[in-house]
Amino acid sequence: MTAVTVVFAALGVVTLVSAFLVVTSDQIVHAALWLVVTLGAIAGLYILLAAELVAWVQVLIYIGSVVVLLLFALMLTRAPSGPGSATATRNQPLAAVVAGAVTVGLGAVVWAGFGGEVIDEDEIRIGTAERLGDALFRTWVLPFEVLSVVLLAALVGAIVLTRKGAR
Amino acid sequence: MSLMLPLTVSCGLFGLGIYAVLARRHAVMVLLGVELMLNAVSLNLVAFDTWWADTLHTGQSLTLFVIALAAAEIGLGLAIVLALFRAVGNADIDAQEPPASMLAEGGDEL
Repeated sequence: MTAVTVVFAALGVVTLVSAFLVVTSDQIVHAALWLVVTLGAIAGLYILLAAELVAWVQVLIYIGSVVVLLLFALMLTRAPSGPGSATATRNQPLAAVVAGAVTVGLGAVVWAGFGGEVIDEDEIRIGTAERLGDALFRTWVLPFEVLSVVLLAALVGAIVLTRKGAR
Repeated sequence: MSLMLPLTVSCGLFGLGIYAVLARRHAVMVLLGVELMLNAVSLNLVAFDTWWADTLHTGQSLTLFVIALAAAEIGLGLAIVLALFRAVGNADIDAQEPPASMLAEGGDEL
């Protein structure tokens, strides 16, 4: 068992525990703040998997903008955000059963397919900005351009939806 | 490092996300659940990219695309939540009625 495995397991436990607190917290602001811990731990997992650029993008986009956007929207709606503001619905037991079944099912499929596989730490290619930029702008340049159009459409859509007096 | 380690974390995250989408009452919590599921998928993509030692870095490029799409999704989702809150005064998804226009044209199936 190498040091990487130990650190990865510890960060994985942090990820799962904080994600559990995200979905069970009964205050919506606490859930959003626990999400910061989850996303930060996942960024750490990316670094351990030698995905350097993806880890920084995760920190910049997810923690830097998605969580801030969430908190901003919570403040704008002036919805009650105290204790009990994010209760669960009646179908909570059924949801727990479905979630458990999906987790076990996915885990079984993955185990059946990749049970004994090992990530060879000597063969790892580090995902630096140079290599990923090369891949993005040579192999993936068309999806990249389509994605920028999608982002523009989402921006325009969000403005139209929240405009005052929109019909 | 065993490949099962990241894949197990990813399965757990996906299950927790599904639980949040199905069980929570507040629309923003449903969006948080979707974010958790997208992160589970990204973790899977990065893990397989590293395991494969991919020279083209397909998994990591797709992860960047997923992150950008998640940003677009959360922006639009929160815009819809804001519009919903302005229209009916709450963001409780179980309490919403189908729109009157849909009820007018044979809303019995809803």
